[in-house]
Amino acid sequence: MKNRIPRQQKYGMVIGLIFGPLSLLAQHTGIMEATQVPRSGVMLVLVLLLMSVFTAALFLACKVWSMLDKSRKETEDDNFQELSRYLANMDSVQIGKLLTITGSQPTKNTAGNGNTKTVLLFVSVVIGSLLPSASLFAQSGANQKGLLSETGIIITITLILIPILAAIGLMIVKLSRMLQNQRKQQDLEKAERLAAYLSTLPAEEVNTVLQARKKALDFTLNHTELSGQQAPADEKGLISNINTRDILPFVAPKQKAVKRPHIDPALAKLILWYFGSAAFWLLFGTSIGEYLGIKFVAPDADHISWLSFGRLRPVHTNAVFWGWASLGMLGLGYYIVPMVSNTALASIKKGWQALHLVNAAVILGTLSLMAGINNGGGEYREYTWPVMLLFGLALILTLINFWQTISKRQMKEIYISNWYIVSALMFALTITVVAYVPSWQNGLGETIIQGYYMHQGVGMWFMLFTLGIVYYMLPQQLNKPIYSYSLGILAFWTQILFYTLIGTHHFVFSSIPWWLQTVAIVGSVGMVIPVVAGTTNFIMTFRGAWHKIAGSYTLPFFLVGIIFYCTGSLQGTAEAFRSTNLLWHFTDFTVAHSHLTMYGIICFFLWAGMYAVIPRLTGKEAPQVTVGAHFWLALIGLLFYTIPLMIGSTLRGQMWIEGKPFIETVVHMAPYWLWRAIGGSLMWLSHIFFVYNFYRMVSTRETIDVKEVALEKLQQKIIA
Amino acid sequence: MEFFNNHTRLFRTAFLFFAGLTLLVAILPAINNQQNNQPLPSAEPVTEEAMKGKLVFISNGCVACHTQQVRNVDMDKVWGSRPSIAADYAGIKRTDTWRNTATLMGTERTGSDLTDIGNRQPSSDWNLVHLFNPRIVVKESIMPAYPWLFTIQKETTAKDVVVNVPKEYLNGKEGKVVATEEARYLLAYLQSLKQAKLPDGSPTPDFLYKRKQAASGGNTQAPDGNLLYTANCQSCHQANGEGLPGAFPSLKGSPVVNGNNLQLYVDIIMNGYDARPEFGVMPAVGTNAGLSAAEVTAIINHERNSWGNKAEKVTEADVKKLLDFVKLKTAK
Repeated sequence: MKNRIPRQQKYGMVIGLIFGPLSLLAQHTGIMEATQVPRSGVMLVLVLLLMSVFTAALFLACKVWSMLDKSRKETEDDNFQELSRYLANMDSVQIGKLLTITGSQPTKNTAGNGNTKTVLLFVSVVIGSLLPSASLFAQSGANQKGLLSETGIIITITLILIPILAAIGLMIVKLSRMLQNQRKQQDLEKAERLAAYLSTLPAEEVNTVLQARKKALDFTLNHTELSGQQAPADEKGLISNINTRDILPFVAPKQKAVKRPHIDPALAKLILWYFGSAAFWLLFGTSIGEYLGIKFVAPDADHISWLSFGRLRPVHTNAVFWGWASLGMLGLGYYIVPMVSNTALASIKKGWQALHLVNAAVILGTLSLMAGINNGGGEYREYTWPVMLLFGLALILTLINFWQTISKRQMKEIYISNWYIVSALMFALTITVVAYVPSWQNGLGETIIQGYYMHQGVGMWFMLFTLGIVYYMLPQQLNKPIYSYSLGILAFWTQILFYTLIGTHHFVFSSIPWWLQTVAIVGSVGMVIPVVAGTTNFIMTFRGAWHKIAGSYTLPFFLVGIIFYCTGSLQGTAEAFRSTNLLWHFTDFTVAHSHLTMYGIICFFLWAGMYAVIPRLTGKEAPQVTVGAHFWLALIGLLFYTIPLMIGSTLRGQMWIEGKPFIETVVHMAPYWLWRAIGGSLMWLSHIFFVYNFYRMVSTRETIDVKEVALEKLQQKIIA
Repeated sequence: MEFFNNHTRLFRTAFLFFAGLTLLVAILPAINNQQNNQPLPSAEPVTEEAMKGKLVFISNGCVACHTQQVRNVDMDKVWGSRPSIAADYAGIKRTDTWRNTATLMGTERTGSDLTDIGNRQPSSDWNLVHLFNPRIVVKESIMPAYPWLFTIQKETTAKDVVVNVPKEYLNGKEGKVVATEEARYLLAYLQSLKQAKLPDGSPTPDFLYKRKQAASGGNTQAPDGNLLYTANCQSCHQANGEGLPGAFPSLKGSPVVNGNNLQLYVDIIMNGYDARPEFGVMPAVGTNAGLSAAEVTAIINHERNSWGNKAEKVTEADVKKLLDFVKLKTAK
């Protein structure tokens, strides 16, 4: 233990090695203008390289320390004790062998430990030379800031580091091989010593002891001690649905949905029609979106007025908003609200009326937008008021329906899902009225209302309703209660308080009042509270049930939804600041953000809910392969869509700040738009799988229950 | 708690909470803004044609990519001479019974900002060609083409507005491209988009977050003529300097560019040009963009030494003198 470096000192070195270069970087970026993103990117690579060099060095050092320890122990340990331990640990076969051996010649101990020492010396020299040079480099870097921020020099250093890194990697491989050989050598020597020791033992005494030991070791159970001699029987009928075929599991086996005792077939039909319409609008809306993405790359794809970009963009957004997401949510709402109220839905008829109204609104809205009839410039407010009126009526009908269902609930409490769902309906109606009543829409009034409307539409309709769905579906799928009911309540009230304020953060630096912009920014920061509360609640509900993800095909969707709920929402907060607005406002960063949230959160939660609910209604499940394909294509597609778009638009914002000609920034975006189109294609493909899965879950194609049919045949025989 | 178990009270409370906040952050500020702002006295009244053009603009969803707001940040300086203020939008009222007010401020700037496009690019020829297919004049553009705003006719009358479209953009069709009424309205609308002057004596709002000059060693870098050309001149005169036959003159081998009449050259850059009937009118690019003497010098020297042009470089001092002179001339 003498020449061992004290632990604290060791950690100190490690921390110094890791953070030394980082602090150097921090200094540099502080001095550099914010306009030098590519350069700081190079710096980052450099730091990563340096860090990996240090990690390698550290790895070597650790290896050597452990070697030192081991070899020291081996020489210091008492040979006799260890050898007798080997004897005691012999198994039956080995003892048998030993017993048959009568006598053998002891061999001599030859090899020494010189080899180890040379290796150690070499390594310590290498490390010794590496550490000072690294610190030297850091020092010179700190002194010559100007020089180090030169791209050429950074590239040169990087190029030099690459072979060094490769050499160190090679050395690690060689060294570990050497260590292995060394260990093998030592073990061989030990074996020889053991053999010598064994041959010196007095034969007869030992033989009796060993024979007794062998007998003891040879003892085995007859495997019927606990079960007895009788054949197994499941007298209580506890085991069912056994998989008897042993085949290679090409697709991870997932648990089947549990059949619910009773759901009114009329309600089931209604819900399925909601889902079916939603699925149609998803496929339609995202086909349009896919085509729009292509138009960024191929602007002359067509020259038809009905298909021009400006007209199709709102067709896409409105179809997926009011058609897909809204109908999907409402369908799940029709399942959840009666379920948690422990009563039947107040009126199935109203449910159908609402469905028809929404579908009519989206069909009419789509056609009128393509014909060039829209409400004006406001995003998500492109449908004219007669069209939106249909949607509003559907909301009113649904609200009445849910309210009446809840008022005849069979328990005292109102489960929190219903708080969220009913509030979402009330708030969506409110914002629609505020957005379409003309009394406060002249001049900037329109803009203030627009900011309010577009963000409340997202946060108070989609997000609130979906959270209601998650508060029911997630605990149900995990088969355990929500982690904290009160945290859900906190999230509910804080969401209303903060979310309502944030609308105008879409118009930061515009001519709307400065104080209103500031309120919106403050509100956006406040949103951290409900988001963190919600995320914590969901993640903690998973606690102790993480293993269930592997066996379920709905839980992965929930998990992705939760992750994006946290990251996507907090990204929204980050985007609201004035400084980030400078960089990201007006760029495609907003588009990436809205897809991370509307797709990553809302769509994934809706799919999770649908995959959970539909099998309970129809008793049929989608093939696991295609559910998996849906999940992975959607997730990977979303990442391909958003990440390049975020990178590209950050750089575009930088170019704007630098005052580059506008058209140059358009050219700059081209590759990122291409990646967006590729990601979008994957997402679109996943929707085809989803629609197919939906078809498989509801198709009337009869599955023959062999047992049932056989019984029927027998009965017929008896009758005959 | 009883409150949480009474659905009427619970939902009513949530609703009133939301409605109250809505009133505070949306409805009341909106009403307040609508009542307390008036259009600037200097704002030109919107003509009937421009109004019809705005409807074309709205129905084609142009706002999806084009903003109409100059933010009060330094980077938006390129889009207007001052930040937009509430009064700029105060005159915009409800479009009609069916359609809401359209301030068209926009939230995406995939294409350029149009707040001041009537000053920045007033050329009818350029705008119509650009609408027919943007890639005729801006190769890299991804803006949609709007051929349905035009007809292709064999015979044209004097009344027709003929657009000079290169053959390869006609998809094999024969004839002349004539702007329809809709295209002319849209053009009128675009040309009407000008920032109104603030009344004398009222303070101009500041552009915030000024860009720091790279202050390495104290010497300010000379502006990049190539970049300035791309930003201010290229959409008409093209990257190869050859312009567009019948619409925008070539700068390659141009006597003005290569000649010695520096005063005329500076005058054209600052105040525009309309001396040659076979080409479109050139707007006052330099004045609109607020180009400095150094920037004008950079552009001139770039043009004099590109695309095969080889003329002597001019100095900033010469240009500065002429700039003052030209400004004086226009003031008169």
